[in-house]
Amino acid sequence: MRKFLLFLVVLLCGVTFIGRLFYLQIYKGSSDNLYDDNAIRKVWDYPKRGFVYDRNGKLLVGNQPSYDVMVIPREVGDFDVNEFCSLLKIPREDYDKKLKRATNYSPRLASLFLPQLSKEDYAVLQEKMRKFEGFYIQKRQLRKYETSIGANVLGDIGEVNNRDIKKDPYYQMGDLKGKQGVEASYEETLRGVKGIKFIQKDRFNRDIGPYKDGKFDSLPQQGKDVTITIDSDLQAYGELLMENKRGGVIAIEPATGEILAMVAAPTYDPNLLVGRQRSKNFTKLYYDTIAKPLFNRSLKGVYEPGSPFKLMNALIGLQEGVITPEEKVTCYAGYRYGNRFMKCHCYIGRRNNMVSGIQESCNAYFATTYRKILDKNNSASEGINTWSKHVKSFGLGAYLNNDLHVGAKGRIPDREYYNHAYPKTFYSTYTISNAIGQGEVATTPIQLANMTAAIANRGYYYTPHIIKNIEDETIPERFTTLKKTTINKEHFEPVIEGMHAVYKNGTAKFLNVKDIEICGKTGTVENFAIIDSVRTQLTDHSIFVAFAPKEHPKIAIAVFVENGYWGSRFAGKVASLMIEKHIKGHITRKDLEDWLLRYTLEEEYAKPYTGKPFNINGKTLLQQVDEQEYYQLKRKLNSLNRPSNSG
Amino acid sequence: MVRETNRHFRFDWITILLFFLLVFFGWINILSASHVGIDVDYLDFSQPYGKQLIFIGLTFVIILVLLALDAKFYERFASIIYITSMLSLVGLFLFGKSVNGATSWYGIGSFTIQPSEFAKAATALAVAKYISDLNTDIKRLKDQLGTFLIIVIPAILVLLQNDTGSTIVYGTFFFVLFREGLPKTYLYIALFLIIVAVLALKFWAPLVILVVAVLCGISYFINKKKAPLVQMLLITLVGAIVAFGVKYFYTDILKSHQQDRISLWLRLEKDPKKLEEMKRTFAYNLNESEKAISSGGFFGKGFLEGTRTTGKFVPEQHTDYIFSTVGEEWGFLGTSFVVVVFVLLILRILHLAELQKSQFSRVYGYGVASIIFIHFMINIGMVMGLIPTIGIPLPMFSYGGSGLWAFTILLFIFIKLDSNRINEW
Repeated sequence: MRKFLLFLVVLLCGVTFIGRLFYLQIYKGSSDNLYDDNAIRKVWDYPKRGFVYDRNGKLLVGNQPSYDVMVIPREVGDFDVNEFCSLLKIPREDYDKKLKRATNYSPRLASLFLPQLSKEDYAVLQEKMRKFEGFYIQKRQLRKYETSIGANVLGDIGEVNNRDIKKDPYYQMGDLKGKQGVEASYEETLRGVKGIKFIQKDRFNRDIGPYKDGKFDSLPQQGKDVTITIDSDLQAYGELLMENKRGGVIAIEPATGEILAMVAAPTYDPNLLVGRQRSKNFTKLYYDTIAKPLFNRSLKGVYEPGSPFKLMNALIGLQEGVITPEEKVTCYAGYRYGNRFMKCHCYIGRRNNMVSGIQESCNAYFATTYRKILDKNNSASEGINTWSKHVKSFGLGAYLNNDLHVGAKGRIPDREYYNHAYPKTFYSTYTISNAIGQGEVATTPIQLANMTAAIANRGYYYTPHIIKNIEDETIPERFTTLKKTTINKEHFEPVIEGMHAVYKNGTAKFLNVKDIEICGKTGTVENFAIIDSVRTQLTDHSIFVAFAPKEHPKIAIAVFVENGYWGSRFAGKVASLMIEKHIKGHITRKDLEDWLLRYTLEEEYAKPYTGKPFNINGKTLLQQVDEQEYYQLKRKLNSLNRPSNSG
Repeated sequence: MVRETNRHFRFDWITILLFFLLVFFGWINILSASHVGIDVDYLDFSQPYGKQLIFIGLTFVIILVLLALDAKFYERFASIIYITSMLSLVGLFLFGKSVNGATSWYGIGSFTIQPSEFAKAATALAVAKYISDLNTDIKRLKDQLGTFLIIVIPAILVLLQNDTGSTIVYGTFFFVLFREGLPKTYLYIALFLIIVAVLALKFWAPLVILVVAVLCGISYFINKKKAPLVQMLLITLVGAIVAFGVKYFYTDILKSHQQDRISLWLRLEKDPKKLEEMKRTFAYNLNESEKAISSGGFFGKGFLEGTRTTGKFVPEQHTDYIFSTVGEEWGFLGTSFVVVVFVLLILRILHLAELQKSQFSRVYGYGVASIIFIHFMINIGMVMGLIPTIGIPLPMFSYGGSGLWAFTILLFIFIKLDSNRINEW
C-alpha cells in the first residue's frame, strides 16, 4: 500500500488531466473563432443613427456618410507605400506613425487609420483599395447639424476609447458613440445595432464570397428618431441674449416638466465637433479652463441661490404655521442677532408683511421667519431637519434623476451636516444665512427652475426632462409621474402674490411686459474667488426666477448670470424677454433686448486674471461691446426672427 | 575499458530520453509563445526562446559535471549542500531583487538566478540523508519533528519572500515520508482535513459537520468491534473546528485577491456580472488560457499558427502558462502527449527508486518524483482551471534558466545515484 500511494495519485492525476483536456478541446471545442480567423473578413454594417427633432418638429440633427480607412496591422502586405500615401494625401512619416500606433493597440484587431475621407478621395481610393493588403474602407454615419445652437443640449458623438470598449463589448475601435448631451443620454436608442457580414478570403486576400452562405451574418437595426422638448427658437434667442455673459438659463413647462430651453453660456457651434477638425476643436474647447465652454453651467453650476430661496422659507413658514401672511415684521435696515448684524435695503422702521417682504426682498423678514421655523419646538436641531425635509421635497439638494447627461447635487444641509462644526450646542442663529439663500445652501440653475415650476404649479412638479417622444416607444414613466411637495396648496397663494408684487412695484417693476402677468423673484449673491491664495470678493452674481402667466403658467424660468451684480440688472431682463418670446412669440420690450446685446461682462470676467487689484459691484462701470460686434449681434437677432427656410 | 563502457550504459536512458523530450518540446513552445513578427530568427538571443537555447546548452555542462562526481559525494555532502542552500535563501533578504512582488532573485547584471528553485533539490538530499541515518526511525515522534523541521525551514523562507507557489511545493514531501513509514493516521488526518475544508467552503459549514457526525454514527453502529464513542465525538468536534476555522480563514484572513481565486475555483460566485468582471481582471489569464487550449481542438492549429499565441492573448505564456501554447498549437494530441510523458517520467523514477538498495537513494528518488509531480499537477491543473491560480513553473518546460537547471540537477543526481546501485550492498 505504502509503495503504491504516489503511484496511484500520479496515474489518477494524469487521467483527470486527459479527461479535462478532452472536455476542453474536443467536447467543448471553440465557437468564437469566426471573429479571430484571419481567413474571414468581417464587414460591419453601421445603421442610420436616429434623427433629433425639436418640440415643433424641426430637424436639428441628421446624418452624413463618412468613409474611414481602417487597418489590421499584421495583415499589411507588400505594396507601394508612396502611392498609398499620395492617394490619402498624407506624408510618409504619418503613415509610419499611424501604423505603429495601430500595431501598439493590437496587431490583429482593426484600428482606425485615417478618419473621414472626402467623397472625392473616397471615389479614387475605392478603385485601388484591393492592392493595399491589410487596409479597407469602413463606411459610417457622421452627424450633420442643421442648426448652430444647442451644443450643450444636443451633445456630440466621438470615437470610443479603451474604457468604453471595456465597459461595453458592443463597441470596437473606431466606432462612434454619444459623448455629451442627448447623444450620450439616448445613445442606445439613437445608435441602433450594427450588423455584420462574414466574407471568406483566399490566401491572396481576395474576397471569394459570403462565408457559409451568410449563415452567421446579421442585418443592422436602424437607430430610432427622437423628439426633444427644446423649443429651438427660444433656445436660439436665449443663447443670443447670453452672448458675452457666463451662466445658465433653464426654462421649464410647469404642467409637464418639459425643458423648453437650456442655455449654458458661453457656448459653441456644434458643427465644430464634426469631421476631421473635431479633435483639434475639442482640444481647444477642452483646454479653455477659464471660460469652460464645455462646462454646462445650467446643469452643473452649483451656486448659492440667494434671494429666490426666500420663497422656500416663506412657504415653509406658512406650512409649519409659524407665520401668517398678514403678520408684520419691523425692519431696522437690517436684522440684529446677538451682537451681529445682517444688512437690508429697507428703510429703518419699515413694517413688512409677507407680500411686501417678498416684494422688497427684506432680509429681516426672512431671518425672522427662518428662526421661527427652526425654533418651533424650542429645538433648532429638530427644526432644521424639518426645514431640510421641506426644501428637499422641491427636488433641491439631490440629483434630479433626469435624462440629462450631467448634473450636480447641490447642497441642502440638515442637522447631521452641521455635526462637525457644531457638535453640541446648535441655535437657529448659527445658520441664519440660509434664511436669505446664502451660507450652506447651494443649488444648480435647473434645480431653481424646477423649484419655480413647483411654485407655479402650487405644490407639485414633474421631473424636468428633455425627451418628448421616441419613435415606437413611450418615454420613461418617471417623467410622467407627478411629484408632490410637502407644502399644502393654499400656502402658495400669498407667496405667488409676493412674486407678482415684485413685478408690479418691487425689485423688478421696470421689467414688466404688457399683457403678461409675470411672477418673479430677484437674487443678488455675494461670491468669492481665491486669487493668489487670497480670498477675494468678486462682483455679485445676478439671479432671477420667474414664471408666467400667474394663472395656468406656461413657463417657469431660472436665469443665472455670473458677476452680473444685482438680480434685475442682467438675469431679470433675460427672464422677462424669454417669457415674452415664449408666450407672445414676438418682443415688445426691444429696449431690454437692445441693452442685453450692447453690454458685455467679458471685462468683469477678465479681472481676476489681470494680476492687479480691481473694483467690484457699484465701483465699476459696465462695458459695452464695440460697434462692429453690436451690429453683428443685431444681424443675428434679425435672422432669428425671419422664418427659417429649411422648412 | 570494458568496465568503463558498461558503467556509462548503466545510466537509465529511458529517464534521460523522457527528460530531453520535455526540454525540447518545451523549447518549441517557448519559441511559439515568445517570437514576434512573421520571420523567426532561431538564434535571436535577445528573445526568450534564444536565451532558453543557451540555458539548454548549459544543462549539458551541468549534466556532465553531475555524472562525473562520485555517487557517494551527494550523500556525504547533503548536509553542507542543504545549509549552503538555506543560506542563499536567507541572503535574499539582504541582496534579493524583487520581480512581480516576490523577492526571489539574485541579480548579477542582466542575469538573474532564483535560489528557491535549487533549494528543492537540496531539501530532497537533506531529507534523504536524515531519514536514511541508522539512528532515525520515522515512526518516532522525535524523528518526525526533525524531518518536519528540515522541510519547513525552506518553506517558510520562500513564503517570507512572497513566493507562495514554492511553499506549497514542500507539502509534497508527505509522499516521501509516507513511503518511509510515517504512520497511516497522518494520511487519514490529512485526507479528512482536506475534504472537510473544501466541502465547508463549497457548501454550508453546519451541513458538512452534520454529514461528518452522521457518518461517524453509522460507522459506530456497523462496526461493533472497536471505535469507542468518545473517538467518534472527537472526530466530529475536530471536523466542526476545521469547518468553521476554514470559513473564518477564508472570509477574514485571506486577502481579497486570494479569496477571489478560491471562489472562482470552487465556482462559488453565481452572479454572472461579477463573473464577467472576474474574467476581465484577475481571472483574465486563466480565462484566456482556457480559451487558447479549447481553440486548439483535436489536432491543434499547428506550429507558429496559433492565433491566440501569436496575438499574445495569454500573459506570461512562455513561463507559467506555457501549456496553453501546447493546447492551441498542438491540440489534444499534443497536450495528452505532454501529460503522458510526464506521467511516464514520474512513474519511471518511482520504479527506479523502489529498486534502490540504499535507503538514501530510495528516499531521494521519491523526493525527485514527488517534486516533479507536484509541479506538474499544480501547473497544468491551474492552466486548465482545475486548481486555483498558483504561480509555479512546469518542470523542464517553462522558460527560465534557474528552473531548468534546478530540475536538471534534481533529476541527474538521482540518475547518478541509480547508476551506482550495483556497487551498493
